Amino acid sequence: MKYLERRMVHGALLLVSVSVLCFLFTDLAPGNFFDEMKLNPQISSDTVASLRSQYGLDRPLPVRYGRWVHSVMKGEWGYSFAYNSPVRGLILLRAPNTLLLTGCATLIAWLIAVPLGVWTASRAGGWPDRVCMSGTSFCIAVPEMVVVFGLLYFSIRTHALPAGGMFSRGFEQFGFAEKMIDLAKHLIIPVLTLVLASLPILVRHVRASMIEVLNAPFMAAARGHGISRSRVLFGYALPAGANPLISLFGLSLAGLLSGSLLVEVITGWPGLGPLLLEASVSRDLYVVIGVVMSSTVFMIMGNLLADALLVAVDPRVRTE
Amino acid sequence: MLNNKLILAVVSLLLLQSAIVFAGFVAPHDPALQNRDLPFVPPTRIHFVDARGHWHLRPFIYQWAPLPQSVYEYQESGQREYPIYFLVRSNESTNAGVRTQFHLFGVEAPAQIFLAGSDNYGRDQFSRILFGGRISLGAGLLATGISLLLGLLLGAVSGFHGKWVDEPVMRLAELFLVLPWLYLLLAVRAFLPLHIGPAQTFFLLVAVIGTIGWARPARLIRGIVLSAKSRNYVLASRGFGASNGYILRRHILPHTYGVLLTQAALLIPQYVIAEVTLSFFGLGLSEPMPSWGNLLANLQQYSVLVSYWWMFAPALAVILVSLGYFTVANAIQERLQSASA
Repeated sequence: MKYLERRMVHGALLLVSVSVLCFLFTDLAPGNFFDEMKLNPQISSDTVASLRSQYGLDRPLPVRYGRWVHSVMKGEWGYSFAYNSPVRGLILLRAPNTLLLTGCATLIAWLIAVPLGVWTASRAGGWPDRVCMSGTSFCIAVPEMVVVFGLLYFSIRTHALPAGGMFSRGFEQFGFAEKMIDLAKHLIIPVLTLVLASLPILVRHVRASMIEVLNAPFMAAARGHGISRSRVLFGYALPAGANPLISLFGLSLAGLLSGSLLVEVITGWPGLGPLLLEASVSRDLYVVIGVVMSSTVFMIMGNLLADALLVAVDPRVRTE
Repeated sequence: MLNNKLILAVVSLLLLQSAIVFAGFVAPHDPALQNRDLPFVPPTRIHFVDARGHWHLRPFIYQWAPLPQSVYEYQESGQREYPIYFLVRSNESTNAGVRTQFHLFGVEAPAQIFLAGSDNYGRDQFSRILFGGRISLGAGLLATGISLLLGLLLGAVSGFHGKWVDEPVMRLAELFLVLPWLYLLLAVRAFLPLHIGPAQTFFLLVAVIGTIGWARPARLIRGIVLSAKSRNYVLASRGFGASNGYILRRHILPHTYGVLLTQAALLIPQYVIAEVTLSFFGLGLSEPMPSWGNLLANLQQYSVLVSYWWMFAPALAVILVSLGYFTVANAIQERLQSASA
């Protein structure tokens, strides 16, 4: 388990450096939340100045960073100017929703991408392969924004699916099964968008990595032993080509989270995306930092998961 | 290996981009010209056959007239045909400097031609898409330039020098690669001023988008420099007393051109989409300046999304640009692979 420990330390260091980077960026900023307040004639400049000192914005950068670290230790994660509450509550309310969305999308995308990639690789050059490849290259070029608007357009026109949000009206009164169905209905559009956005790249990588394996001499040997086709593909070729795919799993999370931000904002999904956008516009500094930090935590967790999978699958990593 | 797909991609990219560069000439109307009595008119239909069944060689249009007792619904008023003329001189009063006197096509004065319909102020969407392309595509191209320049500089230095430069630069690159780009983009944008002039906003956007993406090209270039610097001919030329600058310029950097080209073709559409996203969120260029992002932001209104399908038109431009550049990137990559094999 040496390898995993090293990766965990690496993740922690990454988290620290992201927070330092965030604070360095805040120092570049010429304005802050309270400067916007100065535009309001009903608030005197004395009030603004005292608020600034109350929140510690007039202190030098290292002091502010120290205070922030202290507040993270206390479990507050900084203080939101706009909501007038600790950041932790805001994030914990919304992070599970983002996690649900990206989790579903990741699961579905991989469940489709792996068989599709293996199948097209085993018939490389045939017409299903060619159709699939031109389909994916078209899908890569269509931005998520357009996909989600297209899906929303059709769902509103046909009244088949709810047009955004996470719950229907009167959600509290629903029974458990009804709640789940309602949630699933609201999930379809955002998840479908994310799957469509991430699927093409995944399929291409699975296909490329499988083609490389299928050309190896041991595959000819396996076939020569008369092992069935599906067992050759999924029992021998896929594990041999899984290594780069597991690394891709960690890397693809970044794109998925970015896509999820956009989709959340457009469909009104109450995740981290709308929170970050709102905080960006109103310059609610610590909320911005908090959301960026939690997206980093997601990334690190995803990458750790990928590393654990790698340890489980590849004996070379274990003995290294 | 010039295939049809590549030719199609290059030709459509050239057409679209020259239309955007010469938007003042190609666009039939001033992008800021409002027609408050014609909001949300559908795209003008181009006719060849008139009401009496006569064929016309020169296409013509009818004016849109609001349907009585309705909101934003129109019918063609068949009273008068307005033929479409090419290379016309316009009499429209315009904002100085934005447009030329001559236009590629147009119709006679009281009528207006809306190839992609009009928006809530009755502004011509087609013209707005072309002028908006200057912002979106311009930002994409400039930001790509910044990213590649930063990537080349940092990648070459850290690959060539190695040792104490290499380690921090690559750790920093890792930091930028691991963060989801949209979160990073919004966060950096949050720390920068919001209420500034359009020109400043544009350059701010370009700088932010360009700076965030330096890590991938830097990594790739570092790898190439690292492998090139231990080649025998580099060692030989060092033996003859060549300076570091000379070796970099003459022997090492030429290896990176292929990767730079591929990265450029991949980054341009990504950065166009980045600009579109920021403007869409209201963190980029704002009204009355058109950009593909704030044109698409109209779709966030429920009624617009449901009723006026032509408001999707800017999306077509975005898709065309990304499809074109991705095809070019694929072709370059294939060419490089077959050259190295």
